[in-house]
Amino acid sequence: MSVRGSAEVRESESARGNHSRTLGLSHLRTLLFVICLLPLANLIFDGFTGGLEAEPVKDITHRTGWWALTLLLLTLAITPIRKLSGWNHVIKLRKTLGLFAFFYASIHLLIYFGLDQAFSFAYIGEDIIKRPYITVGFTALLLLVPLALTSNLKAIRRLGKRWQKLHRLIYLCAALGVLHFYWLVKADVREPLFFAAALAILLAFRLPLLQRKSAPTRAPRPARAGPLEKPQ
Amino acid sequence: MLIKRPADIRESEITPEGLYLDRRKFIGTSGQAVIAAAGASLLGACDASAETQQKEELTPLEDVIGYNNFYEFGTGKDDPAKNAKNFRVRPWTVVVDGHVAKPATYNLEDLVRPMKIEERVYRMRCVEAWSMVIPWQGFALRDLINRVRPTSRAKYVSFTTLNDPQRMPGLRYPVLDWPYREGLRMDEAMHPLTILSTGLYGKSLLGQNGAPIRLVVPWKYGFKGIKSIVRISFVETQPQTSWNKSAPNEYGFYANVNPEVDHPRWSQARERRIGEWLRRPTLPYNGYADQVAGLYRGMDLRRNF
Repeated sequence: MSVRGSAEVRESESARGNHSRTLGLSHLRTLLFVICLLPLANLIFDGFTGGLEAEPVKDITHRTGWWALTLLLLTLAITPIRKLSGWNHVIKLRKTLGLFAFFYASIHLLIYFGLDQAFSFAYIGEDIIKRPYITVGFTALLLLVPLALTSNLKAIRRLGKRWQKLHRLIYLCAALGVLHFYWLVKADVREPLFFAAALAILLAFRLPLLQRKSAPTRAPRPARAGPLEKPQ
Repeated sequence: MLIKRPADIRESEITPEGLYLDRRKFIGTSGQAVIAAAGASLLGACDASAETQQKEELTPLEDVIGYNNFYEFGTGKDDPAKNAKNFRVRPWTVVVDGHVAKPATYNLEDLVRPMKIEERVYRMRCVEAWSMVIPWQGFALRDLINRVRPTSRAKYVSFTTLNDPQRMPGLRYPVLDWPYREGLRMDEAMHPLTILSTGLYGKSLLGQNGAPIRLVVPWKYGFKGIKSIVRISFVETQPQTSWNKSAPNEYGFYANVNPEVDHPRWSQARERRIGEWLRRPTLPYNGYADQVAGLYRGMDLRRNF
């Protein structure tokens, strides 16, 4: 997925062609790409140097899940950052963050399938049906799939207005992801509650009330901008 | 759907009652007798007895002392090792009270000195579905109970952990209703497999493992094994226990290891032995059914989980 993600980034860059005068932005995106790979590099490094916990499968599962959720929230933070800072180009980092959220969520799921449940459909099916935290986590990941598949420029153009509607699913994915986290901890819910608070703040930015307040920064936006330029 | 496989190891094989080490070496360290670990010979005997059984090796010391649930020192698995580094356990007193002929406040040394310290290699099954094999040193709880002579009104034993936020930083957060409390029915407490442990791998307990004295009940989930005990009370009614109070639908008073009764949020049918990648089946009563199943005869184990 990461390889495809990078290809798409390059593809969409060339598609926008010369009028992208922000050379700095493409550097920034490359930098972000590398930064997003660091948790994976750290995981692999720890795996080879004995840096994982005594229950490595759980450690890998938790870490990739944590990063998937964190990147999902960062993806949701882009629009508020743009509105508050007026830095419109920041929107172009959103796809990288979103795809990496999907990337880490996919590792998370694969580890669970393979090392936790030994690829047994009986175990996995039972888990998905019987355990609410697995049900919501699995649902969240399923809902991320169409978003990842339609993250390229071609899909954006083809879907037009429907693209934005479709990609509003990310709110649901993030909410289910936080719920998944909250339901799986035993007693110390401080960290999931922190994620829930962050999500609540990020979603509050989407409320019509706050939208109106931030109207001045929205005004300069061209009316016929492509879907990528629209706030989520 | 559960995929059940027959138990591939006899319950008695890892630590049968009465399999005491014949080469006991008592080392007098500040009044505490500690047995030199001889787990290797124990395991040798166990390996030779069956070729088909799944291997049950001692969990490496670094995992036993580095991967712990002890919320008084923090909720992360490595928090206890970090935060208990300088945990002072001397002086340490244990209050024994309630329905006993001889209620008293013991200095730990006085409590332990008369006891016969033995090594017991037990499986430890955490309610979170991971497990270890740990060579404990300790003494049978029943020997202490016989010493303090409970009256006929004593039906349960209640245990309490130290509640000192100065020494246990995790106590500053109300993750559980502190102090930590646990309890056993009197017949469970009197069972010969139930021990109070003072050491593991031949050394005194470290803070993260419940220094200086803790309960080990090998057929129950790990949270029943209350750590750093400061009070043992003999009571008439079933005592309140911490996890049960925190989430009564998830953690019962009995908390016997049972692959058939799932935790509401996860399966208890299989477990991950620390050091292994794939899960292995969980055994009824953690493999000690031969010795303890009789304690619960006639009880509905789904209700009394």
